[in-house]
Amino acid sequence: MTSVFLGIPTASPHTGRLHGERSFPDAARDGVGDAQLRRNLGAATATIRAKRAGVVAEVPDWDELRVAGAALKDDVLADLERYLVQFEEQFTARGGTVHWARDADEANAVVTALVQATGAREVVKVKSMATQEIGLNEALAAAGISAFETDLAELIVQLGDDLPSHILVPAIHRNRSEVREIFLRAMPGADPALSDDPRALAEAARTHLRRTFLAAQVAVSGANFGVAETGTLAVVESEGNGRMCLTLPRVLITVMGIEKLVPTWQDLEVFLQLLPRSSTGERMNPYTSTWTGVTPGDGPQEVHVVLLDNGRTATLADPLGRSALRCIRCSACLNVCPVYERAGGHAYGSVYPGPIGAVLSPQLTGPGFNSTLPFASTLCGACYDVCPVAIDLPSMLVHLREKAVDADPAGHAAERLALRAVAWTMRSPWRWTRALRGVRAGRLLARRGRIRALPFPLSRWTATRDLPAPPEQSFRDWWAER
Amino acid sequence: MTSARDEVLARVRAALGDRPAPEPVVRSYDRGSGRAGSLALLAERIEDYRARVHVVAEADLPAALARALRGRRTVVPTGFPAAWLAEVEGELVPDGADVTAELLDGLDSVVSTCQVAIAETGTVVLDGQAGQGRRVVTLVPDHHVLVVRAEQVVEDVPQALARLDPVRPQTWISGPSATSDIELQRVEGVHGPRRLEVVLVTAAPEPVAARRGRAAGPG
Repeated sequence: MTSVFLGIPTASPHTGRLHGERSFPDAARDGVGDAQLRRNLGAATATIRAKRAGVVAEVPDWDELRVAGAALKDDVLADLERYLVQFEEQFTARGGTVHWARDADEANAVVTALVQATGAREVVKVKSMATQEIGLNEALAAAGISAFETDLAELIVQLGDDLPSHILVPAIHRNRSEVREIFLRAMPGADPALSDDPRALAEAARTHLRRTFLAAQVAVSGANFGVAETGTLAVVESEGNGRMCLTLPRVLITVMGIEKLVPTWQDLEVFLQLLPRSSTGERMNPYTSTWTGVTPGDGPQEVHVVLLDNGRTATLADPLGRSALRCIRCSACLNVCPVYERAGGHAYGSVYPGPIGAVLSPQLTGPGFNSTLPFASTLCGACYDVCPVAIDLPSMLVHLREKAVDADPAGHAAERLALRAVAWTMRSPWRWTRALRGVRAGRLLARRGRIRALPFPLSRWTATRDLPAPPEQSFRDWWAER
Repeated sequence: MTSARDEVLARVRAALGDRPAPEPVVRSYDRGSGRAGSLALLAERIEDYRARVHVVAEADLPAALARALRGRRTVVPTGFPAAWLAEVEGELVPDGADVTAELLDGLDSVVSTCQVAIAETGTVVLDGQAGQGRRVVTLVPDHHVLVVRAEQVVEDVPQALARLDPVRPQTWISGPSATSDIELQRVEGVHGPRRLEVVLVTAAPEPVAARRGRAAGPG
């Protein structure tokens, strides 16, 4: 297991999905080369960007809410031990059971044992990033327990034997006709006359899951917020599948990252304004459920929460990286990111794609994984502008680039050498002019105006980028001739 | 062997060895004035979610509920005012221990009161007190008729949270069940009630005698 800072262990390296097999530049080639994917993503992100901008503009105190949201999360992180212990006391006092998990393997083992103790062979699931992160469904399957995803997008991903590509809308890479095909292929009893109208597809999902909900004995959820002061958990959703899972089964198991706490009940006033407007672009999401332990005669009578580390404390240890833990998983940064829009979520190799994924995934996994992710950005800053908890993503990306280069001595030396050579050339006007003329030779390498491969060591640069062919004449030469 | 709890907490301590001192939390955002929320704004915002809204005077509430529930089989939560349902022509099923999710799935409608409504966001909050029902009761039937009284309407989210008891299980409802999961286009109607009707009851002018009586009371 790799470790950073003071020896704090990072995420389970081979369980769950926090890193891919391929580097970002390599994996991004698939997305960039897939015209259908880029059309689907372009249309969907354009829609959500416009909706978000509209509902944020109508909140005159948005900036003040954003500052307060950031400060509240920083307060939780700075005093995390006290808040965790307080949450545990309150949740326990109201009839719930608290479990702790150092990493994905331990969390999966805890949940599996809890399900096995009920005798159930099936669980229904509310969409949850934490359980995606730890690969819970796979762990349950290995123990002979079927996990049914009930969120429409998660259902599309599960039935399509696919991977999620967006935090909020895991099937954002699929358009309506692709969804229809998946349903016809994988949904038992799907009507062959099913149309690709989203309304009809939603109806098909309702019918498909209705019996499952009514029969379910055990549900597994994540949580958007945990309130330290009261031991309350909150789930924010749209479809009502969350309400079904949180209400109907006898046993409810919630997996929550340790950074999800807020200090007090009243503090939800900030986050319940920031989150829906940032994520789905609505004034409020259709349903928010909150529960505090067990309520006799109403809802699950056995409730558990698993508090998950899996690399969060390692992230917390970096003073310049820890504010990534403020993230409330709204996905606004994905929807504005030019790199995400072209590469698609799968290229990031982690359940956390986009700008937040580029800073969160490498910190959760530690060095040795995800080393190319901090470079998956143009540093344009759009992500920072829309982040409801003001995470300075561009600065953090630069910080993580430095860490990645430091961790790779070969890369470090080459980059330093290259930058030194450029500086030496630019110090002398004669050398610079000669160098620019030399660049013209690069036209020999170009095909149709692009250079796709340079000889070593410059091949390291063109491995991930095409270069425009240099012009026949430099600006300096053109100016001198006039 | 160290427990997971002890080890995670020890890691937290180690991670915060630099003793970060974050900026203080400044609540300069709008926390509401405490005045009553606007019924007109609430109605507009709920309609934006494509729920139906009826604005009625208290005297007309039984007739409004009779129209919404005519010919239907409706579950009625414990503590829902019986007088409000006096004119309903349809089957009324009182909630009770024998009312299972399966049984609810065979009914058409549920009628309930609420705890708080938020004008700015078009949200109605249920917390299971009298007339609001267990959570399952307002979830499984496909048609939910919600009665909101004017004095329950607050301006915004901060004002609503201040009125709510966090220990009670809550459901915040903003329109009918919906999804944006296909091409990020909003479609109403998935697993929760696909039809939401909200009956807003305007404040009745208080009789003079009642007002005097309250002022003279012990407080």
